[in-house]
Amino acid sequence: MKKLLIALMTTTAALSLAASAEAAEKLKACWVYTGPIGDFGYSYQHDQGRLEVEKALGDKVETAYLENVSEGPDADRAFERLAREGCKLIFGTSFGFMDAEVKVAKKFPKVMFEHATGYKTGDNLGIYNARFYEGRYVLGQIAAKESKSGVAGYIVSFPIPEVVMGINSFMLGAQSINPNFKAKIVWVNSWFDPGKEADAAKALFDQGADIIVQHTDSTAALQVAEERKLHGFGQSSDMIKFAPNAQLTSLTDEWGPYYISRVQAAIDGTWKPDNVWLGIKDGAVKLAPYTNMPDDVKAMAEATEKKIAGGWNPFTGPIAKQDGSAWLKDGEVADDGTLLGMNFYVKGVDDKLPQ
Amino acid sequence: MMRLELVKRPQRSALFSALSPFIAFALTIIAGAILFALLGVNPLTAFRIYFIEPISQVWQLHELAIKAAPLILIAVGLSVCYKANIWNIGAEGQFIFGAIFGSAIPVLFPQFEGPLVLPLMLLLGMVGGAAYAAIPAFLKTRFNTNEILTSLMLVYVAQLFLDWLVRGPWRDPQGHGFPQTIQFGDSAVLPELMPDAGRANWGFVFALVAAVLIWILMGRMLKGFEVRVLGSSPRAGRFAGFGLSRMVFFAFLLSGALAGLAGISEVSGAIGQLQPVISPGYGFTAIIVAFLGRLNPLGIIAAGLVLALTYLGGEAVQSALGISDKVARVFQGMLLFFVLGCDTLIHYRIRLIGLALTKQEGAAKLDAAPKLKEAR
Amino acid sequence: MDITVNILLTIATAATPLLIAAIGELVVERSGVLNLGVEGMMIMGAVGGFGAGYLTGSPWVGLLAAIAMGALFSLLFAVMTLSLATNQVATGLSLTLLGLGLSGMIGTGFVGQPGVRLPNLDIPGLSSIPVVGKLLFGQDPVFYISIVLTAAVMWFLFKTRTGLTLRSIGDSHASAHALGIKVIRYRYLSVIFGGACAGLAGGHLSLVYTPQWVENMTAGRGWIALALVVFASWRPWRVLAGAYIFGAVWIGQLHAQAFGIPVPSQMLSSLPYLATVVVLVLISRNKRLTMMNTPASLGQPFVPDR
Repeated sequence: MKKLLIALMTTTAALSLAASAEAAEKLKACWVYTGPIGDFGYSYQHDQGRLEVEKALGDKVETAYLENVSEGPDADRAFERLAREGCKLIFGTSFGFMDAEVKVAKKFPKVMFEHATGYKTGDNLGIYNARFYEGRYVLGQIAAKESKSGVAGYIVSFPIPEVVMGINSFMLGAQSINPNFKAKIVWVNSWFDPGKEADAAKALFDQGADIIVQHTDSTAALQVAEERKLHGFGQSSDMIKFAPNAQLTSLTDEWGPYYISRVQAAIDGTWKPDNVWLGIKDGAVKLAPYTNMPDDVKAMAEATEKKIAGGWNPFTGPIAKQDGSAWLKDGEVADDGTLLGMNFYVKGVDDKLPQ
Repeated sequence: MMRLELVKRPQRSALFSALSPFIAFALTIIAGAILFALLGVNPLTAFRIYFIEPISQVWQLHELAIKAAPLILIAVGLSVCYKANIWNIGAEGQFIFGAIFGSAIPVLFPQFEGPLVLPLMLLLGMVGGAAYAAIPAFLKTRFNTNEILTSLMLVYVAQLFLDWLVRGPWRDPQGHGFPQTIQFGDSAVLPELMPDAGRANWGFVFALVAAVLIWILMGRMLKGFEVRVLGSSPRAGRFAGFGLSRMVFFAFLLSGALAGLAGISEVSGAIGQLQPVISPGYGFTAIIVAFLGRLNPLGIIAAGLVLALTYLGGEAVQSALGISDKVARVFQGMLLFFVLGCDTLIHYRIRLIGLALTKQEGAAKLDAAPKLKEAR
Repeated sequence: MDITVNILLTIATAATPLLIAAIGELVVERSGVLNLGVEGMMIMGAVGGFGAGYLTGSPWVGLLAAIAMGALFSLLFAVMTLSLATNQVATGLSLTLLGLGLSGMIGTGFVGQPGVRLPNLDIPGLSSIPVVGKLLFGQDPVFYISIVLTAAVMWFLFKTRTGLTLRSIGDSHASAHALGIKVIRYRYLSVIFGGACAGLAGGHLSLVYTPQWVENMTAGRGWIALALVVFASWRPWRVLAGAYIFGAVWIGQLHAQAFGIPVPSQMLSSLPYLATVVVLVLISRNKRLTMMNTPASLGQPFVPDR
């Protein structure tokens, strides 16, 4: 037994030595995730992007990742470790990693860094984000068309700009079809708690909503919709398998194309820090196939999607704030800075923004 | 059917006291080797990266100190509680309240600068932790309410309170609406010990000093004697004139203050601002550290460093070998079980009834069996 | 009327896993053992239940696997604390740590797969009676198990000789041992029963509540179950009441929000925990009553001398 074990160890040791010698010429790209890659939501989608990079660039690239990294000192260490272990390009995928990445990027000027959803940049630190609100406008239109009660249930995690922006865009889309459309909003204070999300969905349905929208990660709410024979939208990944009769479409994150282009640029030596906010036209925000809806609604959704891909911004005036005061004049388009710091509702949202 | 039987030793075995960590470590290595081999990873490589690499580089030693500091600080406070048979398992909440109290100065009075800021913050941090710990202590002494449950429930309340604070009243007005306070000013940041070599800060020194002070208190002073007497026999303690209520307050306030100090040190030293989540469960992990260190402050220093090493090692194998975070946690869990199990040998001899195996080997095997089954 | 029934059904679903896990832990604690590893056993049950259901296609096999998984995992705790006399608090916490890691490892392949769901009871005629029909005859099978389980444990602990013995061990293992009772054997069986219950509760999560597998899907429910046991001062019917009160507060705050009551959501979320503290205080104010119900040797290791 002992001998066998030793033999096993030495052979694998030899193998791994050979492997590491071969790896020398590859570019090492690394990712840091805030959640487990098994969440089938946000971190899962980023990891899918990493796998696409491996698939597309094959043996030109080597990847590594750290999952479940909490914000704070653990994040500092995670970035430092990857930088020291020979990663040439490092993606931090959560807002909370911003300051850690800024610090470590200064310390390792030769390593390329990218940070998702933040706003601080540097000489070797670029930022990227996705305009999910574009997709949410389309969801709003579909909801207003498909809802019989005229009320949607909206399950949300935390009142950060990203989420507020999403609610506003959804409502603008819905109001463009039905000016009296309402959304009931429930804050579950978690990105991820399937049980609580299911309970929230049940509560919203019980109070008259007949369509569920979520800004949380699990498939639980859609499963409730499936059971009740009502409808809803998926989030982060295509959840059609979980709700074949309930999912209208799903707002999915597709990081793959972006990651491939950035890693390729790093290999070619053309990588420069950038500040990109990707949308439907870049393929980073994707709506899963439209299902369980009549053809005319589908056609409308596709048309809106095309319009947004063509450069139209859902936040185009005239838009009033919740209290009725004017925000955007006719034809005026919201600037990115305002959107990224959004902390107010537009007119017609039936909720008080938690402050 | 075979059965384990423990036979109490007449006195604690000095031999096994020294030996048991090594037995535990050996067992972990064996079980770990099997686990890694099953996953198709060379165990030798895995162990080198897990245990050796993190302590062979200076910057990693600093990281080790950063990770171990809060664990040690909290655990030495808890050891006093547990010795007194008082069950504070809400250190996580006290940690958070220490951080909140201490942060009040840089967040609410950012223009107040100078050498006074930091000592005041640390003091407030200790006050905050102690005040929050006083709640379960009060409920226990006044209403006889079970402190395990109240202190645990208050953890969740503290987490939600911090969440509300940084998303609401204390949010950085220039922070694009993101949930965090302003960055602390320079005079509110706990300095690093050797900025050129790594990031370790004074928090680690606090931890060491606290451990030594508590060690002196418990071993050399009347208060320590009181703690031990009341812990082992409240009746005897009462006869000796020691007040149980006073002891409950003493233990809770002390452990709360240390947890609070850990909280403010973490925020001021390592993070530099308040954010919705400031601890990856230090308050709970510290409970395990306290027991791994056998409730002895000096043992706790060692235990804190070992546990910190398993975190660092887990990350190292994750990034170097692509072993998932889960495997690292399973490995950590195995280590804890082996250490806890082997410590039994200090107080007991182990006999196997039904099979003629020798005592320690038999115990070790039986101990390992269920875990391996699980791990597969 | 319909909405009331629906709310009650939602509360029942939310309360069921809490109730089952807490009833199991109640028996464990009544025997004098404190197992803080409920969360870990529950998540193991969830992954085992989902996996077996997914692989065989039968939710019933899944449910049995969940129970077996929880029981097996608790055996580890039993060997440690009972045979090796390790500290129960530390061992329980380690068990949770190990369970969270192990379940994630086992469940890697199950992520993103729709599982199977245990069908609700449907008795022709009875289930369609207005109002009570759905509540009494139209819920998921685990709900009925939880009620029967509570009644059975109540009967067992307070009406049978074995139950009396079990309680006496919890009150004083030394005297029980002196009377010739096999303390360790009783405690082994109690711990395994507790593990089976926690596993079943986890199975309810991954086979009924939200039929899917995701890491950390128990999201702290094991801790709440632990709270419930003390909240109920170790009385089964109070655990039942507590689980439903907890469920009601939980669901109530979601409804309040959907209704548009502007309270900080963090404050609403912390209500259940504060409520537990308050009830704990109210219950424990009466010293005599608590003493009567609290297992006096809870958490203390026992090693029979020879």
